Formats: sequence, structure tokens, C-alpha cells
Amino acid sequence: MPLITYRKALNDALAEELLRDENVVLLGEEVAEYNGAYKVTEGLWARFGSKRVVDTPISEAGFVGMAVGASMLGLRPVVELMFWSFSFVTFDQIINNAGCVRYMSGGQIACPIVIRGPANGGTNVGATHSHTPENFLANTPGLKVVCPATAYDAKGLMKAAIRDNDPVMFMENTLLYGEQWEVPEEEYLIPIGVADVKRAGTDISLIAHGRAVLTCLKAAEILQAQHGIHAEVVDLRSIRPLDEETLLASVRKTHRAVLVEENKPFCGVDAQIASLIQEKAFDELDAPIQRISALDAPAIYSPPLEKIQLPTPDRVVQKALSIC
Amino acid sequence: MEQSALGRGGDSPVVGSGNNGQECHPFSLANQEGTLTARGGVRDGSCYKGFRGVGFQNDYLCLLCGKICLEFPPNLENLNAMMETRSFADAEINRCLTAEEKIQFLRQMFRIRRFEQTSLKAYNAGKMGGFLHLYTGQESVAVATISLLGPNDHVITAYRDHGHALVCGMEMGECMAEFFGKATGCSKGKGGSMHLFAPDKRYWGGHGIVAGQTPLGLGIAYALKYKGIRGCCLCYLGDGAVNQGVFHESLNLASLMSLPVIYIIENNGYSMGTSLARSSAFKQMLAQRAEGYNIPWDHANGENIYEMRAKTHAAIERAHEESRPTVLEIATYRYYGHSVADANARKYRTPEEIEHYKTYHDPLRLWQKRLVDEGLLTEEQAAAIDHEARAEAEAASRFADESPFPTEADIFADVYSEVDHPVGEGPHGTHFFN
Repeated sequence: MPLITYRKALNDALAEELLRDENVVLLGEEVAEYNGAYKVTEGLWARFGSKRVVDTPISEAGFVGMAVGASMLGLRPVVELMFWSFSFVTFDQIINNAGCVRYMSGGQIACPIVIRGPANGGTNVGATHSHTPENFLANTPGLKVVCPATAYDAKGLMKAAIRDNDPVMFMENTLLYGEQWEVPEEEYLIPIGVADVKRAGTDISLIAHGRAVLTCLKAAEILQAQHGIHAEVVDLRSIRPLDEETLLASVRKTHRAVLVEENKPFCGVDAQIASLIQEKAFDELDAPIQRISALDAPAIYSPPLEKIQLPTPDRVVQKALSIC
Repeated sequence: MEQSALGRGGDSPVVGSGNNGQECHPFSLANQEGTLTARGGVRDGSCYKGFRGVGFQNDYLCLLCGKICLEFPPNLENLNAMMETRSFADAEINRCLTAEEKIQFLRQMFRIRRFEQTSLKAYNAGKMGGFLHLYTGQESVAVATISLLGPNDHVITAYRDHGHALVCGMEMGECMAEFFGKATGCSKGKGGSMHLFAPDKRYWGGHGIVAGQTPLGLGIAYALKYKGIRGCCLCYLGDGAVNQGVFHESLNLASLMSLPVIYIIENNGYSMGTSLARSSAFKQMLAQRAEGYNIPWDHANGENIYEMRAKTHAAIERAHEESRPTVLEIATYRYYGHSVADANARKYRTPEEIEHYKTYHDPLRLWQKRLVDEGLLTEEQAAAIDHEARAEAEAASRFADESPFPTEADIFADVYSEVDHPVGEGPHGTHFFN
């Protein structure tokens, strides 16, 4: 199986769907002639032309809203936000229009749009460019939210997202764009709403999404090598819909859970997960559920401190040891 | 067409004598021997626009200050343009109207008005919750502009959406039931009065956030162009929406991408309780902002169905033939508050102002008189049309009243397509939480 980057996996998914369905159109700032601010759309404009791959001015509210309107008439726009941090200037279009139009029309109108882009800290770009709004978006019934951690997941989920009839918020990570994973050459899709056990274990469940999954995998190696603890790593992949069964099955097996995310703790995704576990698997727990999030301050610029602010394998190890 | 002594458009209906006493006419405009002259005095230095009725009727009510007299405009050239005498009735698009089509416009206006009056009664009787943004006084705008739409033309609007919905072909019953929150409503009781939808009639709502619909209308136009369909989207907004950033982003995109969208600003003078003077820095003409985006714009009198049709038609032609956007501002007036819950509706404007509009500028009465004058209709026939509209509205109210509410299980339907219409293995994961 060839090794390809997370970026290439996304690029391949977009190209395959552009080929498959003429209603798919890519829109966003610098996605066409510039080849993408992070080169995710590289080569697609040259290959598919200006009708299918469209540069927009810096008008997130305008072009996201435009894509929502176009999706109501049956197009399948894939809109790039250069950063998910920029979603805040188009929140009305995402929450009120994409998120509510199906419901408010009594199911008469579909909104098959994908909004994608990186949502991560850790790149020394300061607080305004380091937001991880998956919790905000997953709070809106009507929206779907996915956070792939690997190239394989990114490709399969992107293809599923484009074919989905509801709005899908697709959160990538600039720190992962250049990382490589094995990705099959033949076509595959990953259903939205299915978690993945990235590493099997028996002693403790490390439950995460996005890049935090990789942090957990490193922590799991340390736990095994240095402490003889076999940690299971559950990658949620999709925040909403959420694969409750997979994560609850893991907790029922290990009886311990550490929840890890790069988002801030208050009202974070893991607050929901913790609530879920205590409600549905309380008797299975041998220890309190633990959480690790970004340290609860705006993303700091200073490079060495930002590294500390995000979850590290060592913090995960220490937290796991505290309940094992 | 004739040009009256006070610059009336020949095709503009006139109600009453138009002479309310000299004190209401601190100045008047006269066109004598083809020369526009003006006399009068400055009454309120803060006023400038207020030319609602210029070239139309010989009294002036300032939309900015609410007074029935105003300063003389500093720009006579601008005034000349506004008083441009064009016979909109003679425009091809209006000459081809049949008597029945003209009568249908009246019928549509009566239907909107009686529907809304009935809904207001129901609102006051506690039959519905939330807001109710009445369109009363503005009916002619939806009737005239939507009358021109072809099979590939679409409509989207904001929350003052009842009139547009009915003119697009929605039934009174499904709209009233939606107001009542009933399962038989157009949106199954899930949208409410601000969110009426009928995509099968190319009516895309009904949107509650000011200017939030402006990029959606753009997107509909985008999809039409993308699919190679010769159509357009009429996207309505109020005068308050022009100050939202997303409207300006939409204008820029519309022009940059050359999209067949027509923004119709229904300028009723008030963004909720804030007058135009207190909300827009450039007050003279809201549509003129389009110049900043290289978009053609125009202005029409909301009392004149012929004028609105002629100018909307020009915009539709531009959209269809050139795939270019237009901004069309239409001067109109709402009799009720921003919503029925607007307790200050008679405080931020004078009762006299409202009465003045009802008496002299009511689009329904003006059109009715026009049809009578044209010999197309008798007063008795008009009364019969009104009677039918009242009966239809009453029936709609009964239908809504007798309809069931949605069930508790309905709360979770229509959220996710995959949940409502499972395919294959069905939806994966948990979609709803507690």
C-alpha cells in the first residue's frame, strides 16, 4: 500500500469526487490559481478548470452563504476556509442557514455542502489563527462534524462528506498535512459516524479526535514500554454523529478512560463524552474519567510555551498513570 | 403621457384631491411649460430624501423625519431625475397585460391583506407564538415584482415573507397552519411565520436573520449559472439589511462572478424602530451603493405597479441576457410595527404619518382605482374580490385551528437527511444527544 501525505489524500479525494459528480465544485480563497494556501487543492484548477475550482475574494460570510444557497439547488460545494478560525466571520451562514434550513423547511430543502480547512493550534500563529471550533459546530443539530487524524481517514471521510446530503464540517490539521500514512489505491469511503480503534489494549482507554489521536498513540507506546500498561486508543473520527458504541465498548473492556483533545476544556467535546460514559457505563468504571485539553487560555504565540499548551504524550502518560 | 402641474406621472394613480391645505405644502413643485420649477421653504434641515411621492402626488412625507413637509432638495438635478416622466403603463411589459392579469394583481393584494388581517386576529387571540411581521402596506411590491417571473426564476426573502409566499403560489391554509405551529404547516410547524418555504414553487424562504438571505440568493443565482439555466433569483431585503456586511460581500461577489441575482430593497423607511436617517450614512438612495460594486441600480415607487414591473423586467432581462446583477430599491411603507410585538410602532413615527400613508398611498386602493379608471373593474366587482379574499383567509384560519400539532417524535425528524431516509446499513452513530 503506498504511503501518501494527509494533504495528498485530501487532494485525491477531491479530484475523485470532482470526476465522479459534475455538481461538485470547490470554492475558497486561493484554492484555484494559487493552488491552495496549504496546497490541498494543488493542481485541481489546472486539471478541472475555472468552473469547478473557483477562487473567491476574502469574504467568508459571502462565499459560504453563496455555497449554502447553491447547495439548496443541488450543487455540492466544497468550501475551503483557509483556517477554521475564519469561520467566526461566517457563523450566521453556517449555523442559521446551513444548519437550520432543512429543519425550518420541514425537510423540504437539503444542504449538501462541505466546509473544510485546518483547525489546529501548534503552529505559532497566535490565538486568532489557532481555534478548534468542533465543539461549537457539533453543538448545532443539523450539522455534521468530522476530525480525521490520518491520511487514510481524511480521504475516506472526505469522499463520504461530499456525498452526504447534509452539511459536513470537515476539520483538518496543518501539522498533519505533510505526514504520511498508508492509503490504498482502490476507492473506499469511511462512513461518517464510525469511530476507529487505532490501537487495541486492555488496561485503559485513551479516547481522542484529530491530532490528539497521534498524541495518544505515542503515549500508549510509552505506557506499554515503560509501565507495562496496555492502552487502547479510540479515534472518534466523527464528532457528530458520534459512535457511542465503539467508545463505550472500549470503556467496558478497560474500565478506565482518559479523554484527550486539543480544544479548550470548558464545554469541549470531551465534556459530552465524559457525560455519556458516566451515564451509560458508570458501573464499568474503576476510576474517575480523566480529561486532557489545551491549557485553558487563548493560544499563546511563544513557540516553546505553545508546545506545552497543547496535550503532550507525557501529560497523557501522567494522567493515565494517575488512575492505573 | 401627461405631466401634471405637480409632476405626477401620467400612469400614477392619484387618490383624493391631493390638496390637504397649504400648511401641509410648504413647498410644491410645478412643471409649467415643460420647465420644472420649485418653490417652498426649508422646514427641517435634517431632511433630505423624503421624496416619496415626488412626481406622483403633491404632498410629501419625509421618510426620515416623518413630517409631511420637508426642505427643498439641494440637488435639483437629482430631483429632476426622480421626477422623470416616463409612462410605465406604456412599457411593452405592461401593455401586454390582459384585464384579467391586472385584476389578478388586485386579487393578490387583497389576499395578502386579508390573510394578514386574519392572522393578526389570531395572533391577538393567542393562536400563535413568537413574532408576526406584517407586510400590510407593502403588498404591491411582491405582487408586481413576482408577477414577472418565469419557470426558471426564483424568490428568496427575509422574515416579512407572507406576501411573497402567497404570490409565489403557497396556499393560505399551509401558511396559516405554519403560523399556528401545526403539522399541516408548510414547514410542519417547524419554521414559523418567518420561515415559510416552498421550494417546489421556487420560493426559498423566509429567513429570520437580517441580510442572512442575501448570499443565499446569490448562491441560487450561482447554481443557475453553473447549470446553464437561463433564470434569475429575486432576493428581497429591507432597508435595514443594507448595513449588514454580508450584503456588501454578496454585492461584490454578484458583480465579480457576474451572477443573475436581483436584490430588491423594500425600503419602508424603518429598520425596526430606527429610521433611515438614523441608520444609513448615505441616505439619498440605498440602491446607489451598488455603484461601488459596478452593479446597475434603479429606484421605483412601490405604489406604482406599472413602474415596478417595468423596472423589474429590465433587471430580469439583464439577468437572463447578460447574467448580470441589479439592485432595485422600491419605496414602500408598512402600516404596522416591525412585528406585532413592536410596542413602539406608533412612537418612532407619528400616527399622522401612518394615517397619511393609509389615506393617500395605499397601494391596494390606488390599484383598485386605477382599474376602475381604466374601465376594467367596477367597485362592486372589487368588493366581490375582497369578499373572496376574506372568505379564503377565514377558511385558512379554520383549517389551521382544526389541524393537529406535530407530535413529540416530530421534533427529531427533518434534522438529518440520513436519519429520515436511511439507506443501506442505515445511519451510523448517534445523531441526537441528551
